[in-house]
Amino acid sequence: MSDQVGNRDSISIALIGKGGSGVLTAGEMLLTAAAGIGRYGMMIPVVGPQIRGGESAALLRLGKSPVNCLDDYYDVLLAIDWQHAERFLEDIPLDANSLVVTDPSAGAVPDFIAATGARVHELEMKALAESVTGGRPNMVALGYAAGIAGVPEAALLQATEKKIEGKGRDAVNASNECVRLGYGQAASGAANDAAATDDTSNRRWLLSGNHAAGLGALRGGIRFAAAYPITPATEILEWLAPRLHDAGGTLVQAEDELASINMAIGASYGGIPSLTATSGPGLSLMIEGLGLAVGAEIPVVVINVMRGGPSTGIPTKPEQSDFNAAVYGLHGDAPHIVVAANSVTDSVYTTQWAVHLAEAMQVPVIVLSDQFIGQASAVVDPIPAINFLAKRKLARNAGKNFERYALTADGISPMPLPGTPGCQYTADGLEHSTTANPSGLAKDHVAQLDKRARKIDGFDYGQHWADIEGDGELAVLTWGSTTSTVREAIGRLSVDLATKIKLISLRLLLPAQPQRMADTLRGVERVMVIEQNHSGQLYRFLRAWYDLPADVQTMFRPGPSVFRPAQISDALRNWCQQ
Amino acid sequence: MSTETPRKPRASDYKSDTKPVWCPGCGDFHVLLSLRKAVAQMGLRPEEIAVISGIGCSSRIPAYMNCYGFHGIHGRALPLATGVKVARPDLTVICAGGDGDGFSIGGNHLLHACRRNVDITYVVMDNEVYGMTKGQPSPTTAPDWDSKIAPGGTGISPFYPLVIALASGANFVARAFSGDPKGTAKILVDAITHPGFSFVQILSPCVTFRPDQREWKNQVHPAPVKPTSDASQAARRVMTDDGFNIGVLYKGSREPYQQYVGQENRLDRDIDKEFLL
Repeated sequence: MSDQVGNRDSISIALIGKGGSGVLTAGEMLLTAAAGIGRYGMMIPVVGPQIRGGESAALLRLGKSPVNCLDDYYDVLLAIDWQHAERFLEDIPLDANSLVVTDPSAGAVPDFIAATGARVHELEMKALAESVTGGRPNMVALGYAAGIAGVPEAALLQATEKKIEGKGRDAVNASNECVRLGYGQAASGAANDAAATDDTSNRRWLLSGNHAAGLGALRGGIRFAAAYPITPATEILEWLAPRLHDAGGTLVQAEDELASINMAIGASYGGIPSLTATSGPGLSLMIEGLGLAVGAEIPVVVINVMRGGPSTGIPTKPEQSDFNAAVYGLHGDAPHIVVAANSVTDSVYTTQWAVHLAEAMQVPVIVLSDQFIGQASAVVDPIPAINFLAKRKLARNAGKNFERYALTADGISPMPLPGTPGCQYTADGLEHSTTANPSGLAKDHVAQLDKRARKIDGFDYGQHWADIEGDGELAVLTWGSTTSTVREAIGRLSVDLATKIKLISLRLLLPAQPQRMADTLRGVERVMVIEQNHSGQLYRFLRAWYDLPADVQTMFRPGPSVFRPAQISDALRNWCQQ
Repeated sequence: MSTETPRKPRASDYKSDTKPVWCPGCGDFHVLLSLRKAVAQMGLRPEEIAVISGIGCSSRIPAYMNCYGFHGIHGRALPLATGVKVARPDLTVICAGGDGDGFSIGGNHLLHACRRNVDITYVVMDNEVYGMTKGQPSPTTAPDWDSKIAPGGTGISPFYPLVIALASGANFVARAFSGDPKGTAKILVDAITHPGFSFVQILSPCVTFRPDQREWKNQVHPAPVKPTSDASQAARRVMTDDGFNIGVLYKGSREPYQQYVGQENRLDRDIDKEFLL
């Protein structure tokens, strides 16, 4: 095999096998090894609902510049077996330039794979593994994949040994031997560039978006979490549990999401910055609690890692379809904040900002992430600490007739923590007077509605409301995980297209920022709105809140497959030429 | 309450300026009095007490105490109280509400609050009816009680809250009667003092929708046996008694919940470093 494998600056490799075959472990090792020689990269784990024996795939993309989205096609598909391979049909696009590596003992390459025109190479993964005592086919596959990706054998062995060393010397030896066997088979195909050109001076981070959200929460001062397990948000909870404990806080596993949100509200009422994390169905259950946090003015953060909906939907796949639920889900007039993270790295920043906003305004903040960002593992540059720190306006020694819900100019009323003498009050979801007494009077209702809206509308969100890149008469408006794919598409077009396109990725979804948007859209003649849902949820919201140019086009479609850069660049190219 | 006064606190020190919404003759007035008496006897300072509730007539009780309070949403009083206590173990947390709030919409939380055994006291003012929505059967209503929504009765068996609490691991179980504020205050002091999750069912008549409950004062009687530390024995007694045994029925010694906020920050490592390759 002497053909060049991999295109442009990156290489995309898919490892597939039945659940338990170890493709996810192999994928992590390859990602770590590539990072060790200065590559960036990301890995998307794909699993079915079956815990063992179902299908599994590790989708990797490795590159010399930061990688935040998937590529159009896979350069290499390495199949340990073909069981359930048809379920990956949409996840692993192949074309005539792709290389399919198959084990002859696993039977013929399925017709739908062969039909792509991809080249097929046979590698006896099972037989090679069996030649080594304790050997496993996934390590042979890993060696081969690393060889093709141009990751030096030494760097690979360093990564695998680190991961396996706990299992004893024999396991390490067996693993090393399998890796070498696989690597040797790929050697002639490793025409891929030399590692020597890569920059290894800056040590990078490896983390998932869910862990990044946890880090942002901790940095922001969260010390209490209550949550109910749900795919694809659970990793946030599992990551936070021991770290909150070490930081002097705690995580309570609640009996359901109704309990989670109310526990978080209770803890926050007690003065501890609090959070819960969930996904669509859980968010639906929390909505009544969020209304309570709005009315009683209790800061709380809800991270919602979106998956396909409605109902149970597609739990292991991403979709940007909870926009409406997050923005419009609450009954009554209930001003609150909705923010969206647009990458793994940004999950740290946006979550920390969310804590800051919640505490500053005594309001619930929903952070929208999705399965793609949440469960992707990414090699990224170190994420510097920022200055958003939970800060609540506190009441101390108020004396007689304390007004918990005082009508202040900025709408934010000093909040006493239980234990503060002279400030006792009963927080209430009932409408209330300034002194927190239940009230059904129009004057109290209007005054409190005004105040709760005022504190959010008048707050200075600074430049964080959106990420704005580039300039031009055309602009793409997008949000969340779709942002990175749009960025790559625009980048590709910039090579050969004279028209410039501005990218606007909204971080602050609610409240709307019409003035800032007007400033940003000055000089923009046409807008394209791109998002991953069936009904154009952001687009409808933009129509309601923003003055957009007359010429607005849209590109939206539901999950479970994420957009590929070429799909967007093709659409943008047509749009530019209109 | 003046914080400088050395005198012993009185029940009236815990009274707020808010006038109760309850009907004249409602049993909940006496529960409120009992609660004020209990915390006065314990010498607790109002600002160190948090009274947490859900929705319903009895759930209005936090606003009538001069303490910190939270009147939350229907059925979620226990999770709210759990959050407060876990975050602020220094506070005395009393959760209060009615039979609809606690046993119907909030029933699942009762099971898990008992299991979790966080150090809070849960007071349920049981009048076997939804009062605030004007007279519907609750989980503790007898099957033949006639109402507009269930003419001729629900036909379904009532719920035995004390047995459920015992089976779920509550660390303290008692039944009280609102008509005896002194006795109820004593039980409440015992419940608040006992570590872990304490569950007190207070028979508290609804004079408006259950005028028949005026008879309760003639039916209640002190439990003929001393509290047991054997949960199965307590459960058998509660299953077979007439529903009017008053007193502390069970005192357990299960280890209370321990994972509170406010432990020392032992985060001696830089969290960032764990992501470093």
